[in-house]
Amino acid sequence: MNTATATRYSGIAIALHWVLGLAIIGSFAMGVYMSDLAMSPTRLKLFNYHKWAGITILALSALRLLWRLTHRPPADVAMPAWQARVAHVTHLALYALFFAVPLVGWAYSSAAGFPVVVFGLLPLPDFVSPDKALAEVLKATHGNLAFLMAILVLGHIAGALKHQFIDRDGLLSRMSLRKA
Amino acid sequence: MKSQHLLATALAALACAAAPAFAQQKLLPAQSEISFTSKQMGVPVDGKFKKFDAQVAFDPKKPEAAKISFAIDIGSASLGSAETEAELVKAEWFNTKAFPQATFQSGAVKAAGPGKFEVAGKLAIKGASHDVLVPVTLAQAGGTTTASGVFTIKRLDFKIGEGDWKDTSMVANDVQVKFKLTLSGVGAM
Repeated sequence: MNTATATRYSGIAIALHWVLGLAIIGSFAMGVYMSDLAMSPTRLKLFNYHKWAGITILALSALRLLWRLTHRPPADVAMPAWQARVAHVTHLALYALFFAVPLVGWAYSSAAGFPVVVFGLLPLPDFVSPDKALAEVLKATHGNLAFLMAILVLGHIAGALKHQFIDRDGLLSRMSLRKA
Repeated sequence: MKSQHLLATALAALACAAAPAFAQQKLLPAQSEISFTSKQMGVPVDGKFKKFDAQVAFDPKKPEAAKISFAIDIGSASLGSAETEAELVKAEWFNTKAFPQATFQSGAVKAAGPGKFEVAGKLAIKGASHDVLVPVTLAQAGGTTTASGVFTIKRLDFKIGEGDWKDTSMVANDVQVKFKLTLSGVGAM
């Protein structure tokens, strides 16, 4: 293994990072927009697209976690210990939310009486039965966790930008789509 | 005189023996269910009606003489979420204010095998009336009779889902109606 690869994440890790980053930001925006719409075919469509995207994110996150556990990431760039710890805790929390947000969303859909059928073709099992009170709780939880993830994503982006433009330590090149 | 008395007794006995078969049967709402399943973008969405009543005159041995009429309170429909329930009563869907009830009136009833019957009739929802053929399976236990079955209707026949909602790629035209009706007083099969 030469030093050039050791300072970068693997190609698969980089691809999953950016694909999931875009999918998560897109789904979040869609979720915020659609939840305020009045009932209409558009609303119904967006809800279904959102669920399909969420299940796709869940599946890709499982793949990503598996990849992360079996592939060593590059070593940290030099930074104060507390910053490294904040970064690691943020990553850990983000990974937890990659699973928690879609899983709670799926449960919310089941509790609301709408089983998830991915791409209109693949029916997923319901782990909770229809229950209006539970649906309300899960809806709020799904939203709150998504907003928590949004805050962490903003922190994650702010940290990356700080390394790029203030520290100028080349941290971003580890996740860059282009090889330096 | 005596023979007349005997005749009267005989007639009364006959009437008693025949009575259960001709009595009006009673629907036991607590043990009955009417549900429906529609498909939205491939997602089956189940709902049910909580309030309905039926008038049933039915003798399994004389199905062709049966008369069954049904009234369902559309406003009693329940679906998983409050927002879909709020939607259902609107004019585009059931227009519950103008058409509070759906009704079924049987026509010809035919036996279709042991414990099985075919009930033809008119189903009226939202001011539109259409012929339906309802397969019914009877099961008897402990003095009650359960009639159950499934049939499919086309929602657009009844203008359920107007305007933008006519699009059947969003909400399928086929709606499955499932029923389980428990009756008391039905004669033995």
